Amino acid sequence: MERRDFIKKTGKALALAAITGGTGFAFHNFDTAHYSVPAVKKTSFSIAPDSSFPQIALAENVDHAAALNRALDALGGIKRFVKPGERVTIKPNVGWDRAPSQAADTNPVLVGEMVRLCFAAGASSVIVSDISCNDPRRCFLRSGIREAAERAGANVILPTDEDFITIDLKGEILTAWPVLKYFVDTDRLINMPIVKQHSLSSCTIAMKNLYGILGGPRNRLHQSIDQSIVDLAVFCPPTLTVVDATRVLMRGGPQGGSLNDVAIQNSVICATDQVAADARASEFLGLKPENVGHIALAAKSGLGQIDYRAAGYKELLS
Amino acid sequence: MTVKTAVNLRRISQLLFFLVFFWLILKTNFEVNFTPENVSNIQLPYPVSIALEFSPLTAMGTFLANGTVFKGLLWSLVILIPTIFLGKFFCGWVCPLGTLNHWLSEFRSERLSRRGLKKIESNRYKSYQKIKYYLFFILIGAALMGVLQIGLFDPLSFLARSIGTVVLPMLHHTADSINSFFKSFGFPPLSSLSQSVYDTIAPAILTFRKAHFHTIITIGTFFLAVLVMNRIYTRFWCRGICPLGAMLGLFSRYAIFGLEKNAATCDNCMKCAAHCQGADGPEVTEKWRQSECVLCLNCLDSCPNNSLTFKFFPELAGAPQKPSSTQKIDITRRKTIASVAGGLALFPLFRSSDGFNVNPDPSVIRPPGAVPEDDFLARCIRCGQCMRVCPNNALHPTLFEAGLEGMWSPIMIPRIGYCEPTCTLCGEVCPTGAILQLTQKEKAGDENTPPNRVGTAFIDRSRCLSWAMARPCIVCEEWCPTSPKTIYLREETVYDSNGNPVEVKQPYINPDLCTGCGACEYACPVIDKPAVYVTSIGESRSKENQIILQRQGIG
Repeated sequence: MERRDFIKKTGKALALAAITGGTGFAFHNFDTAHYSVPAVKKTSFSIAPDSSFPQIALAENVDHAAALNRALDALGGIKRFVKPGERVTIKPNVGWDRAPSQAADTNPVLVGEMVRLCFAAGASSVIVSDISCNDPRRCFLRSGIREAAERAGANVILPTDEDFITIDLKGEILTAWPVLKYFVDTDRLINMPIVKQHSLSSCTIAMKNLYGILGGPRNRLHQSIDQSIVDLAVFCPPTLTVVDATRVLMRGGPQGGSLNDVAIQNSVICATDQVAADARASEFLGLKPENVGHIALAAKSGLGQIDYRAAGYKELLS
Repeated sequence: MTVKTAVNLRRISQLLFFLVFFWLILKTNFEVNFTPENVSNIQLPYPVSIALEFSPLTAMGTFLANGTVFKGLLWSLVILIPTIFLGKFFCGWVCPLGTLNHWLSEFRSERLSRRGLKKIESNRYKSYQKIKYYLFFILIGAALMGVLQIGLFDPLSFLARSIGTVVLPMLHHTADSINSFFKSFGFPPLSSLSQSVYDTIAPAILTFRKAHFHTIITIGTFFLAVLVMNRIYTRFWCRGICPLGAMLGLFSRYAIFGLEKNAATCDNCMKCAAHCQGADGPEVTEKWRQSECVLCLNCLDSCPNNSLTFKFFPELAGAPQKPSSTQKIDITRRKTIASVAGGLALFPLFRSSDGFNVNPDPSVIRPPGAVPEDDFLARCIRCGQCMRVCPNNALHPTLFEAGLEGMWSPIMIPRIGYCEPTCTLCGEVCPTGAILQLTQKEKAGDENTPPNRVGTAFIDRSRCLSWAMARPCIVCEEWCPTSPKTIYLREETVYDSNGNPVEVKQPYINPDLCTGCGACEYACPVIDKPAVYVTSIGESRSKENQIILQRQGIG
């Protein structure tokens, strides 16, 4: 190659690089740092306690949306949890390819109502996402959650590999793990579990539902299930926990399938104390919370009150 | 219509049919933004396998092999009947693989190109072109005995398989690597641009779950070889191998539409011979070979004197030799009979090997709704549509697991992906009925209907955490989708290395309930060789491949 040729070609390559870079700059949106690991300002989404409100309330109503509103109002209403302009991420349980009646996934009526409430309180955006076990396309469709959430205006996200960031969770068991970014790069996190039996952890309710924000080899966590659940609960305590106990999966959990295993309870628990929420909800399964490993461990770690009555438990029966 | 217009029409037709074919393979996909009308019985919005149903070879082969013509295969008459009168218009105007070969044959670098006399020589009829006819007869002979190897060579299955299991997954991996390459610099504008381009193309081109297919190196090599051969011989595949081309050639032997040569105006420039795609001897001095011609019209287009015309009932006396007809197909009766006999002999060859029924490979877990193995092998054309559509990447082409006879037929590898209990997409896209389209109820079962079973799960106690390593796990039980669960647990006290007692729950299998979906194997944390695994025994489609006494002989 001639020197002249070399210089010409190098020049062309540089010009091309400059054009590419320039175009990139022109299109780049400097506001949202979605190109790299988002600067996670905080992972605790919990709000300051307010002694004028109980930390946990349960409402029972055959109208499930009404039950949610009633329990939430007892805690001070949605405006206490979502401020205008905030970004909210809702984490229902969309783990399995099951219909709402089978009680394996969170009641879509509650998810839709929660989205509506967040927007009513002025949220700038509401994301609904979960890392499903079964094919997420089927889970979000059959559970009815995609339809309910989208109808209420939420952005339903089915995660792909691109959506994970690896974060040091600073737990006893959980250290560096891939986490779905929408659950940490947000202003408010609302955990919306459903109450189900589980063969290893006895029950899967609020804290266990946070497993769904993790990618990676989740199937290894069972080897230290109690500690890993508590690690997660310490890592990202949600702003609000809304437990769906409208239908409770008594057996065959966490996937269920048979309607014979479902108990109709028509109840919704709202709580700022996730341990208290788990403690109260575990009673639907006939469990004593102090016998449930992860609930007892969480209480011991000072994460919340296992004696939910001491947390000002309020019961609103219809 | 001028010749130029006709040639341009041919080019448009080729491009159009190629794009439609590619698009259909691309859409053989459960797209993430697809919102079906009926959530309880999800089906794809288009009949994505319809292109495969237009192959007369597939229709004829499956008909001979299993005695039935499966639903959409009657479409192939749309190709076959006009061919009898018009000739092989399909090859030159429609066939997407023919189009690909056409393009690649034209695309050569200056240095390697064949020009002038070399090009004329290259596009003259060669004796290797008769291979396709004998291959066709071998395949027909085999199909008569229920051994269906047609799909290996049918151009539509060939291309569908190659695009679906090799090209598109490669595209996905390439797109991912390019994106992560640009993001690896950590230079915000560049990574931002790269990501937005990626996010734009991903929903249209890429699958929701990135696919990894078993043994596709063999499929890819075969495909590459066919493409590369165009550099040596123009349309090598079409001229020499393609049994569909051979079949259409046989059917077009007495076509009434053909090439008329006017010797009076011809000045023997040989331009027609230089540009002939079919190597069928369009020049005046040769006898025209109707059965090789793909009707590309290059000869007309290149003739400076308009000495050539295509018309109905052409005068075929232009050639100097007698008889005044087109050249006979270059095959002999003796070799034809030998080919059919050779094909027939494949049946005892394949079936006397041990793979079929006598010593079945445990990894041959067929898709849900697959018909019994002998019927399955008489129907499956290895188009790979089931593998392409499987949302969990559970279905894969075999190499020799199902014997040489079943090469590239689908099996499930639960380690990579399990069979989603409510999914029936593989049966929906199967063009030949090798996999029946199940309803939701037939797939998952209910109180009165047994579920469709593809196999049975087994626990490997020597690798299981709670059986062999004194650690809690139960992931398999958690994932088991049957209700009640196939995998049940018993609490046991075991001892760790220090002699301390540990309470664990050890998994067992209830074979009455197991459907072989493989969710347990997929989820097992022992990833390299799972402690719970599925083999084909207990599959609904087989009477023999059973363990449970109650299911003996009843299927």
